[in-house]
Amino acid sequence: MNSPKNWPLWLIAVHWLSALVVIGMFAVGIWMVDLTYYSEWYRTAPHWHKSVGLVLAVVTIGRLLMRTRTQRPARYGNKLEQSLSSLGHMAIYALLVIIFISGYLISTADGRGIEVFNWFTVPGAGELFTDQSDIAGEVHEYAAFGLIGLAVIHALAAFKHHFINRDATLSQMTGRH
Amino acid sequence: MKKLVIGALLGLSSLTVNAADYVIDTNGAHASVNFKIQHLGYSWLTGRFNDFSGKFSYDPAKPEASSISVTIDTDSLDSNHAERDKHLRSGDFLAVSKYPEAKFVSTKIEDLGGNKLKVYGDFTLHGETNAIVIDAQKIGEGADPWGGYRAGFSGTTTIALKDYGIDYNLGPASTHVEISLHVEGIKQ
Repeated sequence: MNSPKNWPLWLIAVHWLSALVVIGMFAVGIWMVDLTYYSEWYRTAPHWHKSVGLVLAVVTIGRLLMRTRTQRPARYGNKLEQSLSSLGHMAIYALLVIIFISGYLISTADGRGIEVFNWFTVPGAGELFTDQSDIAGEVHEYAAFGLIGLAVIHALAAFKHHFINRDATLSQMTGRH
Repeated sequence: MKKLVIGALLGLSSLTVNAADYVIDTNGAHASVNFKIQHLGYSWLTGRFNDFSGKFSYDPAKPEASSISVTIDTDSLDSNHAERDKHLRSGDFLAVSKYPEAKFVSTKIEDLGGNKLKVYGDFTLHGETNAIVIDAQKIGEGADPWGGYRAGFSGTTTIALKDYGIDYNLGPASTHVEISLHVEGIKQ
């Protein structure tokens, strides 16, 4: 069976939306923890951050499940580049999952659920280990910086393929190959 | 003469027996350190510190000779909201990783009569120590049903957050915190 020319359309859409959401969530996350008590965003920013995060978590889990049944387009680069690339992508997925879990654990240590856009509430699991909110908070922050770091490398690698190697790696993800 | 000496010794010994040392019953949780602060000026927000320890000595015949010290584990702050507790433990407020302990040590006790006391002492919080006064009251004392002897007090004091270097702006109505202490001591 021939590999497809491009990534499937649904994956392209999810990829770029996730990229936007991750960058936005990172910026909002950094900004909102320093809001003053009387800021009009003091309550809304964390509410939206948590809502968007939980929606992205569900989308990402669905994406990973679908991805296992998706045939990828052709790969470029030598063996070493290809294994580094696989490793990098797995690390990005792993960090995303770590960020989802740690974020959830910050807010639910007292058993409170998390309201998603006032649509519904995801129940809280309570305190699973001591100092849960603080530890989860640190993990959430470091993992977020790690993810942004990897995303930068990921983007630079894509540009390298596109502009230096002049192969179709980036075009496969824009659907224009 | 002999009688007088014995009398004096008896008097002394009864004095030392009366000025008893008590350990605050945190094991049985017959003690609590609570706080409350105004929220926006519209209501009271209450919380507590779950882990603390302390001891006091008390002589009902000579209350002004009493003393008390309490050490609070600031990490154990509990306002029944994980996100808020995390914020209160952070550098914006108590900075508990840097200042894991708060402490009160009495320096002088004034007996106001009618079981009322003024407890003067030094309170250390967020690395800063200030002299405070706790308005205290003896609730009661006596034998417990299990062969021990207990005495209990409660006291309240109000502190200004800025006196302890905590300057996060919670609004004009929320600059002071009222701390209340309820302790039951078991005689040692």
